[in-house]
Amino acid sequence: MNKINSYSTGLVAALAVFFGLLVGAIIMLVSGFNPVTGYISLIQSALGSSLNIGEVLRAMTPLVLTAAGFLVAQSAGFFNIGLSGQVWVGWIASTWFVLANQGMNPWILIPVAVIIGALGGAIMGFIPGWLRAQFGASEVITTIMLNYIALYGGNAIVQGLPNKMMATTDMTKTLDASDSLRWDFLSNLTGGSRLNIGFLIALIALLAIWFVMKRTTLGFEIRAVGLNPNAARYAGMSAKRNAITAMTISGLLAGLAGATEGLGTYLNIFSQSAAPQVGYDGMAVALLASGSFLGIIFAGFLFSVLSVGGLGMPLATGVPTELVSVVTASIIFFIGANYLIRLILVKLDEDDSKDKGKQKKHKTTKADQKEAK
Amino acid sequence: MADEPIVLEMHNIVKQFGDFRANDEINLQVRRGQIHALLGENGAGKSTLMNQLSGLLQPTSGDILINGQKITVDSPAKAAELGIGMVHQHFMLMDAFTVTENIILGSEPVNGMKLDIKKASQDIKKLSEKYRLDVNPDALAGDISVGMQQRVEILKTLYRGADILIFDEPTAVLTPQEIDELMVIMRHLALEGKSIILITHKLDEIKAVADQVTVIRRGKSIDSFPVAGVSSQELADIMVGRSVSLYATEKSAARPKETVISLDHVTVKDSRGLTAVKDLSLDIRAGEVVGLAGIDGNGQSELISAMTGLMPTVSGKIMLNGKNIANKKPRQITEAGVSHIPEDRQRYGLELDMTLAENIALQTYYKRPLSKHGVLDYEEINKHARDLITKFDVRTVNELVPASSLSGGNQQKAIIARELDRNADFIIAAQPTRGLDVGAIEYIHQQLIYQRNANKAVLLVSFELDEILNVADRIAVISHGEITGIVNANETTKNELGLLMAGMSLDDARAQLAGE
Repeated sequence: MNKINSYSTGLVAALAVFFGLLVGAIIMLVSGFNPVTGYISLIQSALGSSLNIGEVLRAMTPLVLTAAGFLVAQSAGFFNIGLSGQVWVGWIASTWFVLANQGMNPWILIPVAVIIGALGGAIMGFIPGWLRAQFGASEVITTIMLNYIALYGGNAIVQGLPNKMMATTDMTKTLDASDSLRWDFLSNLTGGSRLNIGFLIALIALLAIWFVMKRTTLGFEIRAVGLNPNAARYAGMSAKRNAITAMTISGLLAGLAGATEGLGTYLNIFSQSAAPQVGYDGMAVALLASGSFLGIIFAGFLFSVLSVGGLGMPLATGVPTELVSVVTASIIFFIGANYLIRLILVKLDEDDSKDKGKQKKHKTTKADQKEAK
Repeated sequence: MADEPIVLEMHNIVKQFGDFRANDEINLQVRRGQIHALLGENGAGKSTLMNQLSGLLQPTSGDILINGQKITVDSPAKAAELGIGMVHQHFMLMDAFTVTENIILGSEPVNGMKLDIKKASQDIKKLSEKYRLDVNPDALAGDISVGMQQRVEILKTLYRGADILIFDEPTAVLTPQEIDELMVIMRHLALEGKSIILITHKLDEIKAVADQVTVIRRGKSIDSFPVAGVSSQELADIMVGRSVSLYATEKSAARPKETVISLDHVTVKDSRGLTAVKDLSLDIRAGEVVGLAGIDGNGQSELISAMTGLMPTVSGKIMLNGKNIANKKPRQITEAGVSHIPEDRQRYGLELDMTLAENIALQTYYKRPLSKHGVLDYEEINKHARDLITKFDVRTVNELVPASSLSGGNQQKAIIARELDRNADFIIAAQPTRGLDVGAIEYIHQQLIYQRNANKAVLLVSFELDEILNVADRIAVISHGEITGIVNANETTKNELGLLMAGMSLDDARAQLAGE
């Protein structure tokens, strides 16, 4: 069975995307649309102008952060489904801070607001981490439940904010561009898009978290605990402490994503009917990136192209946006079914070697050698 | 025997994994009623060969013939159909199922829509009587002894009509008495016309039970000959391909010095809350190897866990160089000067998915020069690993491969390199040679003796009496969590140790042996 794991994750991810697009094409065909013009219009809507590219990068910002957050928790062996709630808390905390401190020097106000947003998310990540370490409570359950607490608790807070902050009963006033993460340079560069400093924060955070996970003793311990908790304990690492740390960092990154949404993209807070979608999309991005920090950039970009391009598709070709959701969902489905894809690859490979007879064609993989032992 | 018909023939079997030839034109002939040993070091290709016979792998080229008929075994189900049964090293039983349910699982007899458990029970009873496989069909698999679990595994293959039984390292988990019982069972099976392929690297077992032996080295079948008249030494040499020293690791007399570790009335409870170690006291001095002999599950694991901080000590003191380390954290104990070669090397000893270098750094990654201010220095980590790989002769492509890609023996060498390099005063070696081949065993024993000569205190925990007798200076025997006797290795016998292991006191054991 080792052979099944020997294919590069990049190949599997690429095939998942391919199959996802294929399913999308079939559905378009069945619904009476031309998939070729459909996809061309999708790509044009996403990448056809500098404004669109700016919006793609803007949409990518929170996805990169939440995906990185998911990956950190996953390294420690946890499935953080609470990213959405953590994003929402980060969004509210950071934006509220700016609204409440109007007139403060933006050079102090904005960095502090971003940090407060990150801390809000971190606390929301710490809670399930602590519950897991202390009582063994499944983080899957607790984070799902905390999403509801964050969603409705957050809505209640937003609706209860002082009147002077509010534009309507469930929406705050909009921040001035000077009191936000907006930067004219980036906006102008991309034809007036909402691209903002949050994008740079996301890239820096991704680099920083890569360094922490791959190059520090903290990351070494988190990885060791995630891969084999018994061996980690044997080597004197505290599985509990690392569980809490990993979940807290995970939440911190999601909180940061929330801050970029509030202070960079929307410039206000408004009640949500569901926990922010970027949390769930971030999980999908992380899964598509299959454990690679670099992969997050590619996967995040792809998801953003699909979501931004999806907005333009109906205008150009009449293909409904729902179909774009079907395509993204198909991709996620095929990521989940990556075992299936690997199985298909193994089959193809076997047929290939049968055809070629004894002439060996493919390279030896480590997994093969292991199997031989 | 030689005139019995050939039931299985594997002819010029080649199994290629990419560029790697795991099996290179292997030939094997098994006759009816024959016990045929397949001897080879770890990684020689024995398991690969047998996986092709049991349908898990298909040969790249070569033929498999059963009763002279060329066949293809493309699935385990097909193998069962052809009368090939595998008795796995790690038992595959459902603890919550009864013995009967386990045996019929997958080929349940039915009466209409209903499971015919009565018929199954009768069939199993008949089988167990015919082949003298004593089992309790109604007991839960989780409650029966390891020896009986193995008999259930054998019955599983017989129930499916197996005529060729493959035993994969069957004695790895058995006590000396259970090993003897198994030998009797195997001989009886052969007498009833079953053919047995015995995968092993234990020479004694081959000598004791096998008729014919085929030696596999680096994927090639080297030779096949009758066992009668061949010495263990000859078998070892032909297996490894060079002259090896069998047992009797050369060592001078121990010169023990001050006490390094002192267990003082230690009591430990197991994970279910039952007392596993009862009021146990034992001293180990610098410059001696103390062997802890006993049957698996008599408190050894719990004692080691308590000594290394992985399990709490309920009462008593564990004094290391005069300081109590009972209930300290694992890292505090490690830092106080304890090295631990764990019993389960893959579960506890290694991060299989991390690189070999990271594994070698697993106990020291947080210290200079491997890291500074919490930042790892991979150049140092890899260099440190390369040094130890050379020093301890770990066979690997390089230090950057995952630990999982190493063979069992080399994984163990990597752990030993990591643990011995730390220069701890007290070394716990738990089952350090389990599942390893002669060459690796020899090496590990030498390393333990070398540590002893360097004035370290060594505790060797093993279920193999040969190993304990060979390496230890003093032997403490544990039974039901208590020390039943402490004897000098050169003044005792296997019989005496066996009685102590069964829970008899030293006086009673000596009286009984003197009376015989």
